[in-house]
Amino acid sequence: MPAQTLDEPIRRFREFLGPGSVITDPVRLRTYECDGLTHHRAVPAVVVLPESAEQVAAVVRVCDEHGVPFVARGAGTGLSGGALPRTDGVLIVTSRMRRILSVDLANRRAVVEPGVTNLAITEAVRDQGYYYAPDPSSQQVCSIGGNVAENSGGAHCLKHGFTVNHVLALEIVTPQGEIVELSAADPGYDLLGAFIGSEGTLGIATKVTVRLTRAPRNVTTLLAAFDGVERGGQAVSAIIGGGILPSAIEMMDALAIEAAEAAVACSYPEGAGAVLIVELDGPVEEVAHELGEVTRICRESGAFALRTAADPAERAAVWKGRKSAFAAVGRISPAYIVQDGVVPRTALPEVLASIDRLSREHGIRVANVFHAGDGNLHPLVLFDDREPGAGERAELVSGRILDLCVEYGGSITGEHGVGVDKSRYMTKMFSDDDLDTMQLVRCAFDPRGLSNPGKVFPTPRLCGEVPGVRRGVHPLVESGRAEQF
Amino acid sequence: MDALRRTGVTIRKAGPGDAVAGVTPRLVALPETTGEVAALLRVSAEHDLAVVPAGEGTKLGWGAPPERCDLLIDTCCLTLDGRSTVEHAPGDLVVRVSAGVPAATLASLPGPSGLRQELALDTPLPGGTVGGTLATAIAGPRRLRYGTARDLLIGATVVLADGTIATSGGRVVKNVAGYDLGKLFCGSYGTLGVITEAIFRLHPVPTARRWIVATLPSPAAPGAGGGPDATAGPRALVAGLVTGLASSQAEPSAIELDWPAPHGDLTLAVLVEGRAAEERALPLRDLIGGHILGDGAHVSDRPPPWWNTLPGEEVLLELRFPPAEAGDALRAVAARGLPARVRGSVASGVLHVAPPPALGGPELSAFVSSVRDDLGRLGGGVIVLAVPPEPGRTVERWGPVGALPLMRRIKERFDPGRRMSPGRFAGGI
Repeated sequence: MPAQTLDEPIRRFREFLGPGSVITDPVRLRTYECDGLTHHRAVPAVVVLPESAEQVAAVVRVCDEHGVPFVARGAGTGLSGGALPRTDGVLIVTSRMRRILSVDLANRRAVVEPGVTNLAITEAVRDQGYYYAPDPSSQQVCSIGGNVAENSGGAHCLKHGFTVNHVLALEIVTPQGEIVELSAADPGYDLLGAFIGSEGTLGIATKVTVRLTRAPRNVTTLLAAFDGVERGGQAVSAIIGGGILPSAIEMMDALAIEAAEAAVACSYPEGAGAVLIVELDGPVEEVAHELGEVTRICRESGAFALRTAADPAERAAVWKGRKSAFAAVGRISPAYIVQDGVVPRTALPEVLASIDRLSREHGIRVANVFHAGDGNLHPLVLFDDREPGAGERAELVSGRILDLCVEYGGSITGEHGVGVDKSRYMTKMFSDDDLDTMQLVRCAFDPRGLSNPGKVFPTPRLCGEVPGVRRGVHPLVESGRAEQF
Repeated sequence: MDALRRTGVTIRKAGPGDAVAGVTPRLVALPETTGEVAALLRVSAEHDLAVVPAGEGTKLGWGAPPERCDLLIDTCCLTLDGRSTVEHAPGDLVVRVSAGVPAATLASLPGPSGLRQELALDTPLPGGTVGGTLATAIAGPRRLRYGTARDLLIGATVVLADGTIATSGGRVVKNVAGYDLGKLFCGSYGTLGVITEAIFRLHPVPTARRWIVATLPSPAAPGAGGGPDATAGPRALVAGLVTGLASSQAEPSAIELDWPAPHGDLTLAVLVEGRAAEERALPLRDLIGGHILGDGAHVSDRPPPWWNTLPGEEVLLELRFPPAEAGDALRAVAARGLPARVRGSVASGVLHVAPPPALGGPELSAFVSSVRDDLGRLGGGVIVLAVPPEPGRTVERWGPVGALPLMRRIKERFDPGRRMSPGRFAGGI
């Protein structure tokens, strides 16, 4: 769309938002050219900074009227390019909508605006003994609106669930500019559940009612060192198989440990080829029993060093290496790709072995950091961007890892989302019929396809188009994987 | 009829026993695979047949009667890929099931090292199927800890009105690829298509369970002080106890209430699960004991007889409210002086109410609208799940549904011919 067609929308935005809330200066616009996935960049035509749901709705109505695409952005920490702007569109930034509107401890809920950070919710209720459970690693800065869009999880979602399990209601602005409330208490289709995780393609959340969780009486963190990921993986299987549901089980392999040590000197046991962090929370009596079991299982699986952290300072020390891991690989590699895929927990050993083979075949190092409890892998694919062809080989390895995830019946993304980054992989997981059916939902919310277009779905049909007769075999069935279960 | 027979699916003529909320279909089909359901729906689309999916029929009377019903698709015989009906992956704590499987089948599955695994979803109607549980979004006591079906569902296969087979989610718990169609079908009352398969996450069966049971004075009876708002004390007692128990670090799995009649006592029962259930029950018992006079609360290793059951069948309402308003929600039920029985998950803000079955249409309508008004003021709502045909004609079943226009648009996209359970949900959906 030529830039001049935005003149009228911009004039209208200035009129009802005030000139200070509409950015068109090219230098300032560049601040918004990417989210956490920095190799996808696009400078938006205009950025608006609304302060209320009514202002968001007014902006969206103007976009609808003029057929202008729009993208919502919270803190811009997403890792799949979900908030990548459109050069011909409007970027709606929620950073001025960051009020905590109410805290209702008796009903264990809070109502917040979308720009509130994830951690700010916990900070507002911590002294009263409550917290907001989903804890994505970017929780200090990421916005709750972004969490809603991505259905964010975090290390502790193994036990406590995802954003979708902790949001009780949303006020949204639909892509046609209506303000609508979606509530878990309403009868009928679970639109709340469908909206959460839709990556901004069904509208913009303007108020979020979150569930507040009572802080557990006890939290205990165990660090176990193994000679390699295989034994660590055995311990994970035995813990889960033993009927224990820790709040988190994280694993790092030798290369990830090396990076973390170089970056933050986390002092993990020397000689560890893999470390496992197991966190248990709940009533004191349960945690005590589970800690005994987990300790026994780790020893039996070959752990050669065990450390228990029972207070916040010790716990922070155990987590330090894990939390720094993504950034830390910068110390051991000039460039890297963070991948996000999921495999059934029982497939972890085989998949890790295959990743190792891929790594050796292509001469590309892969550091593995992962949420072992739920099979969510975060391989860090390391390469030297000055070396010709290395970037391409790294991309290849990274893509092959996703293929492995699908082959083993997993997912192409466990928490980072599809965004622009993985829309081309959607056809590996879903048939055309699956995607067309999802598109029906999109068309019901956004018939003109203006809300975050180009994300999640590979080349969707227009809403008026009728699907051709296509009775293809589902890709999972075709490859025999649907039978395998 | 011939076209339906040509699909090769077993078809029989319907009888009065197949009626859906009083509407008898012409035919009943018994498909064995998702593919057969798709074939039936393609033929139905070609011949403009209205279709209603059904499981065991335990909740088939819920929702409005369908405007028309040519074909009942009975999910009893559905299988996964023509073979089994349950595929359990114990190491992954995941189960894939056919929609026609009774949900209770998933209450105890064999896990590694002799331990059991369960779908942590209580189903108050024995025999109800997985498909019916999802379509009506019904849940039992432990919704407080584990959520409802939508929280435990990780994948679903559905067949749309035109015969399109669509799958979303998968067999891993952590998965954010694509829209969650399974959730959309939760609470859909058969109006979007037929759910044929579901994949759930499982939980280990807790080693021990303890119930703490206590009797409380009626929140509709005057408290000791009397005065202009004589029931304020008992109402505050209920609300305070519910709030205190729900935020206890002993982490109860369920907090349920049973109130057989407005002027009688009510019973509160709290469940704790885990290896240390016995020890954890004590602080909860003491918490209740600190609030009430008399014998206090007692701990039992068995649930009270009414646990995980509905208070009635013929006429059944569902109340939603912010849990801290529990006392006022109960007063709203008692306010019209009807002998209604109340039971449910008070700390989740969900109660079921069974008014006397003999109530006439006008009386029931007046009761529903009075409770609805009161709950609306508390930030809640009321829906009528079950009602006999006669009073059903006049009673407003759903009340205000905020997102109804969006639900209509979803319905128009998924079923433009209005052939899937037409009219069963709010606003003629």
